[in-house]
Amino acid sequence: MKTLLTNLKKRHDITASKLQRNNELFVTVPNNQAVSLVTYLRDHEGFSHLVILSAVDWLEEEVFQLTYLLNNPELKQDIGVRTLVDRNEPVMESIHHLWEHSATYQRELFEMFGISFPTSPRMEEPFILEGWDGPPPYRRDFDTLKYAEETYFPRPGRTTNDVAAYMKEKLYPEDDND
Amino acid sequence: MIKFDEDRSRFPEKNPDGTNIIDLESGRFTHLWQGPVHPGITGNMSLELIVQGDEVMSCKTHVGYLHRGFEKLMERRRFIQCLPICVRICVPEPDFNEYCLCATVEELAGVEVPDAGQWMRTLLLEMARLQGYLMWLGGISGALGMGIIGQWTNYGRDLILDRFEEITGGRVYHMHMMPGGVRSMTPDGFNQRMEENLREISEILKDVHKTMIENTVFRTRTVGTGYIDPLMVNKYGITGPNARAAGILRDVRIEYPYLRYGELDFEPYLGKDSDIFTRTLVRYNDTLTSVDLIRQIMSKMPSKGPFMADMPNMLHFKIPRGETYIRAECSRGEFGYYTVTDGSGYPRRINARGPSYTHGVSLIEKLGINANIADVAALMVSLHIYPPEIER
Repeated sequence: MKTLLTNLKKRHDITASKLQRNNELFVTVPNNQAVSLVTYLRDHEGFSHLVILSAVDWLEEEVFQLTYLLNNPELKQDIGVRTLVDRNEPVMESIHHLWEHSATYQRELFEMFGISFPTSPRMEEPFILEGWDGPPPYRRDFDTLKYAEETYFPRPGRTTNDVAAYMKEKLYPEDDND
Repeated sequence: MIKFDEDRSRFPEKNPDGTNIIDLESGRFTHLWQGPVHPGITGNMSLELIVQGDEVMSCKTHVGYLHRGFEKLMERRRFIQCLPICVRICVPEPDFNEYCLCATVEELAGVEVPDAGQWMRTLLLEMARLQGYLMWLGGISGALGMGIIGQWTNYGRDLILDRFEEITGGRVYHMHMMPGGVRSMTPDGFNQRMEENLREISEILKDVHKTMIENTVFRTRTVGTGYIDPLMVNKYGITGPNARAAGILRDVRIEYPYLRYGELDFEPYLGKDSDIFTRTLVRYNDTLTSVDLIRQIMSKMPSKGPFMADMPNMLHFKIPRGETYIRAECSRGEFGYYTVTDGSGYPRRINARGPSYTHGVSLIEKLGINANIADVAALMVSLHIYPPEIER
């Protein structure tokens, strides 16, 4: 994996790297080089299997981290290509021409994080959240509890009890000592 | 006798890019929904089909009937609190979720699981695979009109669930693995009862071979149907038995031996025709392998010894910033967790990668086109799709 890293450093601006296991490496590249690095890894280094395309919301740093996790089935190695996307204007180049199933990942990321991948097929079609009109729910600033309370409560006939008080009332009504 | 025009080259008419021309207004097409509730799939997922005659012209997957936002929920829970949530990501085979989450925590926190704990985990995962395959054999036979076989194999599955109940207290969801090890080892007399069950399951599997795999109707309907080109394996992210049926070895147990799989002696069955029949054969032979593996594990597993590492209080447990990907081979293919931690007691992001994510959306949308409408159910089952892991 070290040879691979030295190789990659000659071609791309690797800003950070971490060897997580002896067959798993994570590298960070600037936004505009990510797709070319992923293409290079697929075509020349044998990383032919796209395992996952995932996003992480670093709300404090105002960025989304995109991770392209690739696998080399011959050498049994994994490489995670990380890149940062501006959180206020989340647009990223699509990789649907490299792997067919990446379009599904991109569709999900658009729906859940609001990261746009122009030219990705059927990206704007609802995937999981059909009929949803709220903000992208997997962003860190989307508070599920607050949303549920505002949208679904109070339902008629539904009450919330303080646990300690309720247990005392039901189990030990005569006991005045705490 | 009615004769059909056998020249299909002009039917249906095509766009310049090779896709079918679909004009719903013309009255020549029928819009049809397969699902969301049907016996072919464990869970709810529907295929939106447009058919002309009995041939599928367009196929689109619709999921979202089971979305519960587990990945988001887990970001607000401590690692130990994630365990009861994560098992629900894949309902019929939850143990792989437990393993991936526990192994992630252990790797990022630098915890070593004792030997007995590792063996116990291997046993649990192999039992989960066996019951998953038995359920699947029932599914494929049901999709092709042989419902009674499903009743036999589900009886076999129930026997394994009894053993699960004996070890863990739960039949479907176990939560027996914990970060650092497992909750307990097997109870007294477990091996003997398991051996009796395995013998009974082997008898059922012999019957399944006679009545399903050697059945002419089954062969006629499945041989040559639902062909996956080996070149599609990487392009569509195909893993597990679906790739092995195409002659390509994709088995995490062999390629990246985890737990104690490196010490077990087994070889997965490789097919070459890559149709529904070959996928059935691969899974049938894997079921036999699984029975054998459970026997091997029981003979090699230590009955005593520490099974849990010393762990700090999990409620105040903090994991330094880092990320990793842990994979395991479930009955459908590669199952993995990509986890990012930020130094707090909570995960920053957990993303579960289920094999159905690729098989159930992009692959079936491709294979469904030009299939016969009667084969769609068998096609869906032959890819072994569990919708809960697509939408999490």
